[in-house]
This record gives sequence, C-alpha cells and structure tokens, in this order.
Amino acid sequence: MTTPSLWIAKTGLDAQQTQMSVISHNLANVNTTGFKKERAMFDDLLYQNVRQVGAQSTQNTTLPSGLQLGTGVRTVATEKIHTQGNLIQTGNQLDVAINGRGYFQVLLPNGDVAYTRDGSFKLDAGGQIVNNSGYTIDPAITVPTGAQSVTIGSDGTVSVLQAGTTAPVQIGNIQIADFINPTGLEPIGENLYRESVSSGAPIVGQPGTDAFGKTLQANLEVSNVNVVEELVAMIETQRAYEMNSKAIQTTNDMLGFASNTL
Amino acid sequence: MDHAIYIAMNGAKQIHLAQASNANNMANAATTAFKADLAQFRSQPVFGPVYPSRVYAMTERPGVDLSASALQPTERDLDVAIDGEGWISVSGKDGKEAYTRAGDLQVTAQGQLVTGTGLPVLGNGGPIALPPYQKLEIGIDGTVSIIPQGGNAAVMAAVDQIKLVNPPKDQLEKGDDGLMHVKDGQPVSASPQVRLLTGNLEASNVNIVEQMVQMIDLQRQYELHIKLMKSVEDDGAASSQLLKLG
Repeated sequence: MTTPSLWIAKTGLDAQQTQMSVISHNLANVNTTGFKKERAMFDDLLYQNVRQVGAQSTQNTTLPSGLQLGTGVRTVATEKIHTQGNLIQTGNQLDVAINGRGYFQVLLPNGDVAYTRDGSFKLDAGGQIVNNSGYTIDPAITVPTGAQSVTIGSDGTVSVLQAGTTAPVQIGNIQIADFINPTGLEPIGENLYRESVSSGAPIVGQPGTDAFGKTLQANLEVSNVNVVEELVAMIETQRAYEMNSKAIQTTNDMLGFASNTL
Repeated sequence: MDHAIYIAMNGAKQIHLAQASNANNMANAATTAFKADLAQFRSQPVFGPVYPSRVYAMTERPGVDLSASALQPTERDLDVAIDGEGWISVSGKDGKEAYTRAGDLQVTAQGQLVTGTGLPVLGNGGPIALPPYQKLEIGIDGTVSIIPQGGNAAVMAAVDQIKLVNPPKDQLEKGDDGLMHVKDGQPVSASPQVRLLTGNLEASNVNIVEQMVQMIDLQRQYELHIKLMKSVEDDGAASSQLLKLG
C-alpha cells in the first residue's frame, strides 16, 4: 500500500525510543564512578526521487522542482562523551582519580587489557591492587603485608610505609593509557572499555607526563551525567514521540475515512 | 464516466505524498542540523487535443528550509556548530564535495577527521588527516591545531583548516543522501566569513507545531477529496436511479 507516511513516522518512533533508552541508561548511571554519558546521534535516511527535477512537463517546458521524499530517520551511533567528571574526595587511600586524559589499565581474566576511569581500587588476599570486579591493575602492584599506609603520587608512583621504618618504599607505578579517539572505545560493562579498531592503539605512559592526566589519591571521578540536561532531553524525546505517533494516527484516520466513506 | 473522480483520486494520492514529506520532517525533529523539506502543490493542466480544462494537483519539493536552528551546548571539543550562515564541506559517499551543518566530528584511528556519519571532512587540500596528537583544538575559522604526540605542551601547531563555504542559497539543493550539493556540481571556494562555535551542535530546524498544523490541514484536504469521490459516486447512483424510474 502506498502510505509511506506510516512507515516514516514509525522510524521516528524507533529513533525516539532509542533516545529514551540512552537517556534512561544515563540517568541510571548518575552515581556510577567514572561513568561517561552516552548520546544517540540521528541521521536522515536516503531520499527517494519520486519525480525528477527538470523532467518534461510538456514538449517545450520542464518542471522547475521535483519531488524527493525522505524515508525517515535512523540512529547512526550511540557514542560516549568522554568529558571529565567531577572529582570528589573520599579519604580512602586506594581511591584514585585521573584529572585529565587517560585510563587505568586492568587485566581481564582472559589476559586482555581493559581500560577504565573508575579508580576505586581494593586489595585482594595476596595484597595485589585490584578493581571492584577483582581484576588486577596492569602492571600489577603488590602491597607487602605489614604496610602502614599506601601513598600514590600525582605521577602514579605507589609507595608504602612499613611498620618500624621512617622512609617510604616505592613498590611500583600506576601507568595509564590514552587513545587518539576515546569515543571509539568499546564499553563492555563493569565500567570497563576495550580497545577497538576505531579507538586506535593505546599509548601508555606515566601520569602527569605529556598529555596524560595526573593521578589524585583519595579522590574518585563521579559520573559526568548532567541530570538536568537528561531530564530536558527526556521531555523533548517524549514530545517528539507523541508527535510521531500523532502522524501515524492521522494517516490511519485518513485511510479509515477513505474506506468508510467510499 | 466523469473525469472528476480521477481528479479527486489524484488529489488524494498527492496528499499522501505531501503527508510523507511532512512525516519525514517530524521523524527528523531530533536529527542534528536537519533542514526541513518544504512541500507544495503545483496545478498541472492536462494538455491534449482539446481545451485543457482538467487540472491535476502535483506534490513537489521546491526546496529546503535553510534557516539556522537553536544551538545545543554539548561541552564536547569535537562538536562544532556554524554560527550564522555557512556550511562544512565533506566528501560525500560518491566522492564529490557535499555540505552539511552537522558538526559532530570524530577522529578515526587513522587520524582522519570525519563527521558523525563517517564522511571525511575536507580541509584546504582534500580530507583532513591528523598526525598523532595530545590535544586538538578547532578555531572559530575552522583552523585545526594540535599539540603533537610528545611535543611541547605549550606550542600548538596548525595542521589544516576545515573548508567552510557559503554558496548562494539558490545554488543549494538537498541530494538523495540528505547532504546539500551545489546545482552545477562544481566545488565551491572557501569563505573566510563563516564562523564556527565549538562545544555546540545545531538542532534540527523542524518546527514541530507547524508540521502538526500542516498535517491536520492535509488530513482535512484529503477528506474533501474523498467526499468529492463520494459525491461523484452518489451522482452516478442518482443517474441510474433516474433511468430506472423512466
């Protein structure tokens, strides 16, 4: 049946539904440490050339404008916005935030390296520094037993103070990784990202050098979701959804009128 | 058979097409920098050996609403919006130069500056390629400057300039890919007057209320055409009734 408007409005509903999922996901993660907000990007679908501009209207005249009908909208991408989140002081000596560019590296159980901005580290039974899921940071750092306190410097240097000594001992360095296109990182859940073809290869370095951000001990980076922004987007999405469903209803009414009247 | 019913039928069919164009605008109410399509009806007389008394309606897209839309702050460094008039040049899927105002730019792993839909952004001499960098800035005139990897953090080096153009509006038309093209297909030269705003994106310029009113208007017109078909049908029934009586 030639009722393109029904299907076009349907693509509009799909897009707004996707937008709504993205907004809900952002709002649900408003308190997730190191979370980066997502946004959906839309693109208009291809145009159908129903009537070519410049076609002959008579032997001697041509049409000054044709008819190109768009076929709706599609979600071209949902992308992460890797802007800096606020830093909050926690007082916990194993909480580390990155102020600036870069990602902590953690070793997944399968041996792959994943990247995260969530620096709420813990110690495992063996004294290794691990993240919330228990994955060790890469390169691994082991805090010896009997350590009184752990100090993490702004360049990622980890040192401990042993009982009975006065001089801290350096036990390792936290290294961070940066990417040419952080938007291209693939989110895999658990606050982790994986390198992808579009993110490029990781550039690993010492915090505070080159373009790398500095590590801040006893701080955490909170989610960069802006609640007000999300709520405004939600209102906008809801209205756009309503308007598109109105378009479906109107087309349906038109067809109904035709089939009832004739 | 009276031709009136065909004219009414054609009118109803053309309204379906106009409604489709309208629905497309509404579906793209949230598409970055979307420019609304305009629709109009043209009366098209049927010429023939006799006097052209039959005039059919025809839906057309005479052009696109090129007005600028609201700017939405996004805080992302690679989001650029055009302040006032102008366009960003990109290389379309067919390799030809095309224009868009959607400035949600990305950098590929190979260092190419592309739009959110993956089309290469054009600079002074073709697509913009960036060497590995620590920091990237886009200036208000489209200048792309970087601090190279491992370079001095205080020195920004200009790499290229995004080709910003402002061809006359009557030369622009929307292609099948949704991008704007110039009618003669020749690349336009860059315009130094066009200004960019970073950290912003341009919203769709679809006026949703206007589209709703348009939709209702089209619906009522459609009903008129159907009513007309019904009248023709009634007329036919009445004539056969007359003959029956006779």
